[in-house]
Amino acid sequence: MAENLKCSHCSNPATVHLTQIVNNKIIKVDLCESCAQAKGVTDPEGFSLADLLSKTNLTPEKGEPQITCPDCGLTSADFRRTGRLGCAACYQPFKPLVQPVLEDMHAGTVHKGKVPEVAFSRQNSVMELQNLENALQRAIEEEAYEEAAKYRDQIHAIKQAVDAEAVES
Amino acid sequence: MIESLINSDNAELTQSTKKGSPVVLSTRVRLARNIVGTPFPERATSAQRSDVMTRCAEQIADLTQMKHGVFYDIAELSDLEKQVLVERHLISRELCESKSGSGVFINKDQTCSVMINEEDHLRIQFLKTGFSLRSVWKQIDRFDSGLEAGLDVAFSPEYGYLTACPTNLGTAMRASVMMHLPGLVISEHMEKVIRAVNQLGITVRGLFGEGSDATGHVFQISNQQTLGESEEEIMSRLGSVFKTIIDHEINARFKYLEENRARMLDQIGRAFGVLQNAHVLNSHEAMNLLSLMRLAVDFEMLPEANRSDVDRLFIECQPGHIQYSAGEGIAPDARDLCRADILRENFARLPSLDFDKVKDLG
Repeated sequence: MAENLKCSHCSNPATVHLTQIVNNKIIKVDLCESCAQAKGVTDPEGFSLADLLSKTNLTPEKGEPQITCPDCGLTSADFRRTGRLGCAACYQPFKPLVQPVLEDMHAGTVHKGKVPEVAFSRQNSVMELQNLENALQRAIEEEAYEEAAKYRDQIHAIKQAVDAEAVES
Repeated sequence: MIESLINSDNAELTQSTKKGSPVVLSTRVRLARNIVGTPFPERATSAQRSDVMTRCAEQIADLTQMKHGVFYDIAELSDLEKQVLVERHLISRELCESKSGSGVFINKDQTCSVMINEEDHLRIQFLKTGFSLRSVWKQIDRFDSGLEAGLDVAFSPEYGYLTACPTNLGTAMRASVMMHLPGLVISEHMEKVIRAVNQLGITVRGLFGEGSDATGHVFQISNQQTLGESEEEIMSRLGSVFKTIIDHEINARFKYLEENRARMLDQIGRAFGVLQNAHVLNSHEAMNLLSLMRLAVDFEMLPEANRSDVDRLFIECQPGHIQYSAGEGIAPDARDLCRADILRENFARLPSLDFDKVKDLG
């Protein structure tokens, strides 16, 4: 019976019995209450698949280039160790490491679900605005006033659209 | 600090007046969201975490669904208070151990909780008793859309919602139901079910323990994959798997009853007797006895209205709740006495088991 089993990590009686199927193999682990809590096993949301993955799919290959995120400074060694990324911008530089993991893990590799329409269009507007302002600055410096006027009108139109959206939401 | 939450008279899991449903205890949907331009919580500085908390807290507090809700700064809660929130599924264990700048918003009836600075900047969860995947999704979708109107959510057209862990990428949605599966456990079919649903990208986890001998026979079943399918597709796949499991569970129960009638009724009868008379009960034993009482309701040996009492006791007999009601620092032995007292009081109020009402086939 379960009560007679001993914890896999210490010799206390095991009260938590974990069964997970990884790559079609059943893995059973017996833990005492404190070891189970320390590992987050008793929390249905907390015990992360990433912890298992970081020990399997994420093992480094020889000669692989070292990657560092320019935004948050996360390195490929950090990613291998934790299985987690440092910021949203990490997904671009870490794509060579993330992509193969996604193929093993998910039903597909391209998002098919909900899109945050308002936030996404607002972010795009901000980026577009930034590009146009840079272009306007360059045009003024180059004394290309006709082009500069065109950029100025475009900036004005985007700002008006963003303001209108803010009022609606 | 959490008295108002504990004593609330309209909490979904503990005070619900609904009768509950056979097999399914509750449905939950969780979304992970992050804000652009700030590192994920684990990598953020303390100032960045505080900034995220302030920005998110303002937006969350403004939403109508959070009206009359409460906010707790995790750093200000005691370990016991955090444990009680974990036992109510309102926060995760990871949030309890997080650095400063973490908090949780909980709405009035405890159907919605939003964790700030857990693994992701935001973890939004909606929960309801019974089986109601689509209605819970509708609620959380509306809440999420309200939130993103005021927050710049990290999103890529290719990868969807960007999360700290690639396992949550895409919809960043985890939909799950808590199922009571004594029939499949007793008939030794649980491992087969785990294996079958795992092939479909669905995870089964014991709630109070793990594996085929999970305490209380309660399992959480959820989607493992979040990328490459829409929320609708994930829920439709999950929904059909859940329905199949429910059918198998009910068949297993009645088949076992048909073949082992005396043994089954004896187990339920003895459990009722223990719950009415025991003076010392540990958590493991209490959960298993309560599991048999839920079965007694499903077999119509107890009125259907009492199912919600059993479900409430599943929550209130956990160690954190027992300690909280008895006062901090109570030793495990004393906890077992308090647990038995609570159960005796509750079961003294219940009508006797009606063995004549048990049907042979569902």
